Amino acid sequence: MNSERNVWIFIEQEDHQIADASLELLGKGAEIAGRLGSEVWAVLCGDQVNDLAEPVIQHGADVVLLAEHPELEMYRTLPYSRAVSGLVGKWKPYIFLIGATPVGRDLAPRVASALKVGLTADCTDLQIGNYTAKKENRTYTDLLYQIRPAFGGNIIATIVNPQTRPQMATVREGVMHKLEPDPRRNGRIERIVVNFEPGDFALQVLSREKRQPTVRLKDAPVIVAAGAGVDSPEEFELVRELANVLGGEVGASRAAVDAGLISHEHQIGQTGSTVRPRLYIAAGISGAIQHRAGMDQSNKIIAINTDPNAPIFQIAHYKIVGDVAEVLPLLIKSLREKAK
Amino acid sequence: MPLNRSFHSVVLVKQVPDTRNVTGEVMTAEGIMNRNALPAIFNPEDLNALEMALSIKQIHGGSVTVLTMGPMQAAEVLRQALYRGADRVVLLSDRKFAGADTQATSYTLKCAVQKLGRFDLVFCGRQAIDGDTAQVGPQVAEKLGLPQITYAESVVELKEADIVVRRAFDLGTELVKCKLPCLLTVVGSANQPRPPSARRRIEYKLAAVPSEYPRLLEKWPEFKCEQEIVEYLRAKKLNIEVWTAADLDVDENELGLAGSPTQVYKVNYVVLETTDSKNIQPTPQGIEELIAELIQEYIVG
Repeated sequence: MNSERNVWIFIEQEDHQIADASLELLGKGAEIAGRLGSEVWAVLCGDQVNDLAEPVIQHGADVVLLAEHPELEMYRTLPYSRAVSGLVGKWKPYIFLIGATPVGRDLAPRVASALKVGLTADCTDLQIGNYTAKKENRTYTDLLYQIRPAFGGNIIATIVNPQTRPQMATVREGVMHKLEPDPRRNGRIERIVVNFEPGDFALQVLSREKRQPTVRLKDAPVIVAAGAGVDSPEEFELVRELANVLGGEVGASRAAVDAGLISHEHQIGQTGSTVRPRLYIAAGISGAIQHRAGMDQSNKIIAINTDPNAPIFQIAHYKIVGDVAEVLPLLIKSLREKAK
Repeated sequence: MPLNRSFHSVVLVKQVPDTRNVTGEVMTAEGIMNRNALPAIFNPEDLNALEMALSIKQIHGGSVTVLTMGPMQAAEVLRQALYRGADRVVLLSDRKFAGADTQATSYTLKCAVQKLGRFDLVFCGRQAIDGDTAQVGPQVAEKLGLPQITYAESVVELKEADIVVRRAFDLGTELVKCKLPCLLTVVGSANQPRPPSARRRIEYKLAAVPSEYPRLLEKWPEFKCEQEIVEYLRAKKLNIEVWTAADLDVDENELGLAGSPTQVYKVNYVVLETTDSKNIQPTPQGIEELIAELIQEYIVG
């Protein structure tokens, strides 16, 4: 066992529910650790959460570091970063992965800054590979390739942390695959004592309100998504209507969300959800990588755009060069007739 | 109830290429991006952060200082901040700062905030549109030893020694109370940033960094030589401060490229792979055939 190359995963839990992003990372962590010949260690913080250690093991962890304390009941930056930075600083794992959720994006930079290690945000892919630093003329083997769209999604960058450990990254929810829980998997649980400092309690949570998601893009079989080419509320209604007829959900590119046509919850792409529906209809979406990063794994893609050179057409299975105001009603009408 | 105190705010801002509207002219046929074709703008959520700081000053008094790190051209966002109401602006510019990742950037910003001295609140935008990392705010907070409130949407209450803030996420909100001083990262839904004031625009239009003096000389023949500009700007307090590494108490190994643990291994510009695809005519017949095919392949219906 190559314990210097252990892969650590932060387990996010709220109200006794483990975040999907964390379970997905356990799956990816197990794959990477398999490749490196090392183990997956999970960091689980909370108050009376020891019963969550078992599902964490079933989803891929070999060791669960369990930090239980009443002050860790709800996520707060400072108590959590105290606990996590302490553990990570002490063990210096090879890789440390955190879900790119609001909690993960609050915690990860704090930990990376405390430990002065590199951190890459919002990765859409992780791989293991070699890297030659030209200046030093030195090759580092088996580094973590942290892959993410950047520059508004117009480029895909592969980032490495050659020297600092752990190699830290936050990873988008929905891009990695959860393992089926395996009740026969064995793991070890290690209890951790956290030594807080008075300053760690500078912030109090007065209240917290959670809404149930009104849209489940991740599980939708069909998504009709609107982009900049949908430029009026009337045209947007057509998008909704088509989604309704198809029994699907409404999605949007960043342009449509920025234009105020629909809430960010519906956004698909690098700064929104990642989806893989059976059918994806891109209405008036030009197809910047920022958007494609979230939908290019869709089974079938229909693209509608007035610009025949729009990049979305290059990944579309069906190309319709035309105005959404004309094409959407035709689709709706034709589907209604077929349903009769 | 007005408080018996005022608040000193520092706002950290960034000039970014406007990545929101990348058009065909920006991407070449080979999929390489021509960055110069993108206009440089004030990072949108940094304007929300500035607005939050300015409205606190309006209510309680105090000051708003705006810091940015970047090349000399970034002086433009500082002028924009002056037009909107900032009291003091500082440009952090040095070749030693160049090539910084979020770790080195947050280190440099932390050193600059410390040099400013007294402050009660530090504001940042939630994230910048060129990198979308949302890391620099929390990393600065950690290095300054401050508590942080990310995703801040509104200041509900400001008291002598603490602040109550509403945080906003896609799926909910949270109300938190935090001791001062602290750092906030502000979301785009927080407020409507004020436009530049016409009066301040006139007052500060000559605000400049030294590398801009030749341009001023060309534009304003009243000035006979650069020395006159220097004296005039200094007298009117329009000389934008520029701090280099030498002005800060820094460990140079932690600056710029040298202080950046992350390295870019490679960048793939977007060269799209073409999938097998069918052209569908935007006509009733074309669409009907498409739907028939989708039904036949069990994709719909």
